[in-house]
This record gives sequence, C-alpha cells and structure tokens, in this order.
Amino acid sequence: MSKFNLSAVLPEAIVLAAACLILVADLFISDRRRNLSYSMSLTALAAAALACWNLLDGQVVQYAFGGMFVTDPMAQVLKLFACLATGLGLVYAQSYARARSMWRGELFSLALFTLLGVMVMISANNLLVIYLGLELQSLALYTLVALERDQPRAGEAAMKYFVLGALASGFLLYGMSMLYGATGTLDINEIAHHIAASQVANRPALVLATVFLVAGIGFKLGAAPFHMWVPDVYHGAPTPVTLLIASAPKIAAFAVAFRLLVEGLAPVSGDWHLMLLLLAMASLAVGNLTAVAQSNLKRMLGYSTVGQMGFMLLAMQSGVAGGTTASAASAYGAAMFYMVTYALATLAAFGVMLLLSRQGFEAEQIADLAGLFRRQPWYAFVMAVAMFSLAGVPPTAGFYAKLVVLQALLADSSSLPVVWIAVIAVLFSLVGAFYYIRVVKVMYFDAPVDQQPFEAAADMKIALTANGLAVLVLGVLPQYLLALCSSAMVRTLGG
Amino acid sequence: MTAFPWLSAAIWIPILFGVFLLWAGRDGSAGVVRAVALVASLIGLLATAPVVSGFDLQRAGLQFEEKAVWIGTLNANYHLGVDGLSIWFVPLTAFITVIAVLAGWKAIGERVAQYYASFLILSGLLIGVFSAVDGLLFYVFFEATLIPMYIIIGVWGGPNRVYAAIKFFLYTLLGSLLFLVSLVYLYQGSSGSFDIFAWQRMPIGLTAQILLFLAFFAAFAVKVPMWPVHTWLPDAHVEAPTAGSVVLAAIMLKLGAYGFLRFSLPIAPDAAHHLAGFVIALSLIAVIYIGFVALVQTDMKKLVAYSSIAHMGFVTLGFFIFSQIGIEGAIAQMVSHGFVSGAMFLCIGVMYDRTHSRNIADYGGVVNTMPRFAALMMLFTMANCGLPATSGFVGEFMVILGAVQYDFWIGLAAATTLVLGAAYSLWMYKRVIFGGIANSRVAAMPDADGRELLAMGLLAAAVLAMGIYPRPLTDAMHQSVGQLLQQVNHSKLPAGL
Repeated sequence: MSKFNLSAVLPEAIVLAAACLILVADLFISDRRRNLSYSMSLTALAAAALACWNLLDGQVVQYAFGGMFVTDPMAQVLKLFACLATGLGLVYAQSYARARSMWRGELFSLALFTLLGVMVMISANNLLVIYLGLELQSLALYTLVALERDQPRAGEAAMKYFVLGALASGFLLYGMSMLYGATGTLDINEIAHHIAASQVANRPALVLATVFLVAGIGFKLGAAPFHMWVPDVYHGAPTPVTLLIASAPKIAAFAVAFRLLVEGLAPVSGDWHLMLLLLAMASLAVGNLTAVAQSNLKRMLGYSTVGQMGFMLLAMQSGVAGGTTASAASAYGAAMFYMVTYALATLAAFGVMLLLSRQGFEAEQIADLAGLFRRQPWYAFVMAVAMFSLAGVPPTAGFYAKLVVLQALLADSSSLPVVWIAVIAVLFSLVGAFYYIRVVKVMYFDAPVDQQPFEAAADMKIALTANGLAVLVLGVLPQYLLALCSSAMVRTLGG
Repeated sequence: MTAFPWLSAAIWIPILFGVFLLWAGRDGSAGVVRAVALVASLIGLLATAPVVSGFDLQRAGLQFEEKAVWIGTLNANYHLGVDGLSIWFVPLTAFITVIAVLAGWKAIGERVAQYYASFLILSGLLIGVFSAVDGLLFYVFFEATLIPMYIIIGVWGGPNRVYAAIKFFLYTLLGSLLFLVSLVYLYQGSSGSFDIFAWQRMPIGLTAQILLFLAFFAAFAVKVPMWPVHTWLPDAHVEAPTAGSVVLAAIMLKLGAYGFLRFSLPIAPDAAHHLAGFVIALSLIAVIYIGFVALVQTDMKKLVAYSSIAHMGFVTLGFFIFSQIGIEGAIAQMVSHGFVSGAMFLCIGVMYDRTHSRNIADYGGVVNTMPRFAALMMLFTMANCGLPATSGFVGEFMVILGAVQYDFWIGLAAATTLVLGAAYSLWMYKRVIFGGIANSRVAAMPDADGRELLAMGLLAAAVLAMGIYPRPLTDAMHQSVGQLLQQVNHSKLPAGL
C-alpha cells in the first residue's frame, strides 16, 4: 500500500503529460497547423484508453500513492468510456469550433484536463483526492464554457455554472469534513471500517455528513432538486462543451457516488438509500415533465438528462436492499450500464447537432432539425436511434439500460413497494418518450426549412456513423457490454 | 443434423433485404427498388412454406424450435418456435407483406426505398413476435414494430398523419411499458428466467396474478384494440397509406390478441377466470356499440377501422369463454380478419388512388366504371359480414356457438354482429358501388389493372379457400388449444391458499 505503484496510474499519466505537452506546444503552432494539436490529443486519448484496457484485463483491485488512489475493474471500464467520450467530443467539435475561432490549443488542453479530473474522481479512494479531481474537472469546464468569450450567453452560463458548481463543491466539502470529524480518517476504506466497527461516537454528524454528500452528488449528477444549473448551462455553453459536460463528468459523478456511498458509507446505507430514492423520483418527475415544454433541443436534452439520472439512481439505491454481493453487483452494474449507454446516445445526439451547425448558425432548436430525413437520411437515422435509445425503445441500447434498472429495482426484497415505484418510473419514461419521438417527428415528418448543404470532415462522419451503429448494435446484441459492466462490478465489489 | 432454421430465415430475410434497400435504394431507381422489394417479400413468403408443410398436427408443443444464448448475463435466449396458436400468423404475415408491396406500387413516388424497407423490416419483426418464445425476445420484437409503423404513418400518411403517428406510438407504448414491468416481475419470480413456458408452470398468488393480468391487459387491449382504448386505431388507419392500413389491420392488431393467448391466459389463469366477465363485457361493447359507431361513419377507412374493432371484439370474446370451440373460432377469426380487413383497406386504397377521396358521399355507381373491381369488393364485403362459404363465417360461427354454450344471452348479444356487420358493410357497398354514376370523377375511374387484380385475387382466393374448407386451419391448432385450455382450467395458485 505504501508504494507509488505508478503502473496503476498509467492512463492518468498519459493524459496529464499530453495536456501539458499540448498546452506548451500549441503556443508554437500556427492556426493553419492546429490539426497537429488535434491529432496529438486524439493519440493521447487512444493511448490512455488502451492503457485502461490493459489494466482491465484480468485485473484485481490495486492501490497507488499509499492507498489514496484505487484502480479496480469498474474504474477502468468507466475511464475507458470517459476517454472515448472525450475523444468523440473533440472529433464532433471540429467544424463547429473552427467556424467560431474556438479551435485553439486551449480547447484541447482543457478537454484533457477535464478528462484527467474525471479519471482522478473515478479512481479516488480518499476524500481529498475526490475533491481534487472534482475541482480539476470543474475548473477546466468553467473555462471551457466561457471559451467563446464574445458570446454573452456563454459568459452567463459560465458564471451560473461556476457559482452553482462552487456551491456543490462546498456541500461536498462540508460533508467530507463532517465525515472526517466523525471517523477521523480521509481514507474511504478506513471510513467504512470505522463505521462498521461502531467506532463512530457522533452519529448525528455522520447522518448530516451523508445528507451533505448526497446533496453534493445530486448537484454533480444534475438530479432534482439540485438540477437548476443543468438546462441553463447546457443551453448557454457552446455545443461541443455541452457535449463534454453531458458525457464524461456524468460518468465521474456516478463513480464518486459509488465510492462515497457504496464503498465509504455502506454501513449507513439505510440512510442514504431512501435519500437516493427521493432524488430519483423527483428527478424523474421534474426532468421528464419539464422537458416536454422545451423548444430548444439543448435545454430539452438538459432536462431529459435530469430524468435519465433519476432512472440511474433507482438502480443505485436498490443495490443495498438485496443484501448479497451478487445482487449489489447486479444493481450497480445496471447503473453503470445505464450511464454508459446514456453517454453513447447523448454523444450521438449532440454529434448530429454539431454536424448541422455552421458559421453563424446554431442548430439547437428542435425545429432546426426539420426535414433532416429528406436532406440527410443517414444522420437523421443516427439521431433517431439516439432518441429511441434515450426513450428506451428496443432495439436500441437504451432499452436494456431501462430493463436492467427495472430488474435491479424489482429484485429489491425490502418493504418498499417496488412494483409501484417501477410503474411510476415507466410512466414517467412514457412522458419522456413523447418528447424524444417529437424530435423524430420533426426530422422525419416535417418539411425541411433549412436547405443549406452541409459539409463535414470525414473523421466526424465516420465517428458519428460508428456511434449511431454502436447504439443500434448494442440494442440487438447487448451481451458484451452488459457482461463487461457486471463482471467489472463483481470483481470490484469482490475485491 | 439440425434442421434448417426456417423461422430465422422468415424473420431475417425480409429485414436484411430492408437494410439493403435502405443502404442502396435511391428514388432514381424506384422501379428496381419495387422489384427488389417484391422479390424479397416473395422469398420471405417461400421461407414460411416449409413451416406450414412440415407442421406436425399431432403435437401440442413447439415445433421448428431454435434456441441459442442471446444475452447470457440476463439468461435471455434467442428462442423461436411455433405451435398451433402461432403457426398461421407466420405465413399470414409474409403473405400480407406481399400484398402490401403490391398495394404501394404506384401510390408511393418518393422515398420509395425507405418505404419498402420499412415494410420489409416490419414484416420480419412481426414474424419475430409470433415465433419468439423467450419473454424478452418477444418484447423486443413487439416494441420494435412500433418504430417502422410510426415512420410509415408519419412520412407517407395523410394530412393529419403527425397526430395519428404520435398517438399510435404513445398509446401502444403506454401499454407495453406496463407489460415490461410485469415481464421483469416474472423474471424475478422465476429466479432469473425469461422462458415463457417456465412462467406458465410457475405458481403465482391471486393478487399477483390479477396485477400481472392487468399489466398484460394494458399492453394487449390497446393493441387489439378493445373498447375503450381503441381511439388510436381509427386515426391511425385513416392517416396511414393503404399498405400501412393493410398491415396494421391484418397483422398488427393480431399481436394483442396473440399476446392474450401466449401470456394472459396461461400465465395468469386464475385471474383470467376472475376477470373473464369484465373482458367479455368489453368485448360485447366492442361488438355492439362499435358496430353502431361503424354504421354512421362517412369515411370508408374509418368505417372499416371500426368494423375491425368490432371483429376483434369477437376474438377476445372467444378467448374468454374458455372452450375449445371458442378459442379455435377466435383464432380462425383472427386469420380471417387478416385477409378480409386487409382486402377491404386494399379496395378503399384502389379507389382512393383514383379519386383521392375516402368519403362515401363522393362515390356512387362505381360498378358502372369498375365492374371487375366491384365484383371482387363484393366478395370481401360479404366476407366482412360473415357470409357462409367465406372465411368470415368460420370464426364468427364458432365463437357464437361457443358463446351460446357458455351463456345464451352472451351468445345472443354476440350474434347481433351478423345484423350489424351486414348493415354497415352492405350499406357502404351499396352507396359506393351501386346506383348511377355519381359524378365526373367516378365516371373517369378506370377499372382495376393487373397488379391490383392480382393483389385482390390472391386475397379473394384465400378468403374463399378458408371459407369453403377451413379444416386444415383448425386441425393445426387443435392440439395446442387443447393444451392451452388445460393450463387455463388448472389453478396456479400456490398450494395452501
């Protein structure tokens, strides 16, 4: 435990090195040769993903930096998808960013720093390391939101994001300090030990700490009632940045929830279990009902994210009740699968929006997609697949995500009326289906308004095609990803 | 040696052709696209022929079974098979797809490849629903059929198509989501199995059975559709293109009824007995009240849509009187309705293609300009009101017989359909076809061409064959229906309750 164990942090090391390198090297690169930075970033992301993949192979839980940092199979799978999401985000950002003088070194290095923060959060085994990762990620994102600095809307969104993000960090930090006060340690495993051995004298402090931590996690996930920033930031940020906010950081927030609640506060799961359930139900209601009224696609996706997080939390909260490691692994595996498929579908949706945007035109109203089927049938199809996946209609990956969550929920044998919770959840997802299929309606049934042809780089077309197909193929043959998530979770919990 | 997977072939051949058309088809080569679609649908139909010819009449269980691990972590299998309950729907679907391809031949001029691809993919998915015996696989096929139909109505439909498409989608999704919850519940209850037959054997308490039954009911009653959740159907039919209406009426409505046979009755038999009165009441309302509603329609497509609801009321009635003749009659009615309603929508489509009107008032005296068409439509109209020697008679007669045995008054109420059905069908036929030529548009209508006659002729042959010699039809279902009745009449309540 005491050694540095640098091999376990290889992916993070690659990302850090690349971020620093690009930060410096880009100063010497002219605008014309900016693609160099772009390819360097993509290479670094590919290398980091490869490193995660290698660590995943047959891996058990390893610690680094004297136990402050943990790499377990769950962390590797999540990091793999975080790398993938960031990479796709950069590919999709290309034409949009070029047209708006955002195609600068800062975009790449900040995106990589965000990813680094995400990876640190995923692997943190210490309260301070969680906070460190969180701040690294958040500060990079605040700056990214404001990258298009001449846009007042972006400035406003960055401000809002910063203030509310700081508030959320405050909540988390406050909870952490109380947890430290109650247990006398910052190490997550130690905390669990202390509480389990009933060495915590001050139980109210512990409960209060749990409340603050759950609130902080709720903020970061964007779960109601801590969701206020989501639509504004999604709307105000430049679309590529919205994409970055919507994908990897959500995966990180899930990991933090897992580390803090499941690993650290498992002995008091009875307390946070109901809190998560309430957050889940509130998110399902608020997210889905409000999304119906949106005409802006980015806002709609923002609210819909709130609803999606509600669904994910349902799985998260049901992991405790089964009591056995197997049932817990299946519940957290379900939540993890949900996050991954959500990220894939969201990436595809934002990818299509970025494809349609051009110099001086933001394709962000739902109406801007009108008649896409007649103009570009293939990308309309990709968008439709993403929407059906988010709505949870087979044969798309999102269906299995909903299925495994429901399964985890109904496996709960506690006294909760789980069947009725499941019924309420699916009824809200019916509301969700309405606004998702409305997007399909606009693309397929309405006549095109915007007739401008659009050009996209070849790599973007390939990435978007692969992304759409991945959602569809995972919808027909989900076995591989399901097994990956559940076996990672089994090994993580077993270790 | 393992047998050739004919069911998989029947599912995947149309789907692969559909994907190929999506990828390669362009409006510039619409003629080629149509030809490819026709060939694909014919190959699909041929692939179902061995399933019919090789079907063993003496066995109640699954035949042409295929099983492979699909999602190992969830213990879900790619498990296909047909028995006497589902055997006829496989060739019916493939047959109706051929008709649907013919029906859209000239009416669809834009996005032809996507249009035909939707129908081919839909056809494969529908066969998948009828042959899936794994709960999850069934659900995936069942739900996936929504997407192509949503696109078909929304893209190639009439003026109010968007409203109809969204209503269709959300209505059916509401039912299916509750169905999904019940599937997951059964999965947990059977300690991790999606095998429908394992669920049928599993003991379940009465409360749970009733809740399961209601969840199934939500999914299937919407799909059938039963009164009062039928309102999406007239909208969807009116707005859908002709071929869309044909497939919707002929096949998609059968999904709900088939679901009753596969899920509701055998998995929750005690609840089915408890709630039989409720279902019978709804069925009779559909038969009588909807029959009257059909009578006053001024739009031909709406009229046939309402008559579909009334006919499907017969199907659900037949299921819930729990007798061999009732259930067999109901399945016969499902098959017959597949031919007859498909044919009725096709006839309306033929006239609509010429005048672009569905209003009864815009027609009159069509027999003078389209005599061959009028003769064939006469046959279908007669079949729609259940004339003996047409397929419509077989199912209705058997269900009425069963209903009279069950309770005379129910049988009597059901028999009113013979009057009502004749009234709305024949009155519409009279107003549209007979009389003097009503206006110049009717005068300009050319008689049905070879393609239309071919499609109608095929359906007419099916209607007559089934009406004159229905025995092969009922023979094939005999064993499986007998087994189903045993299951339904055997209580599944856990011992000691």
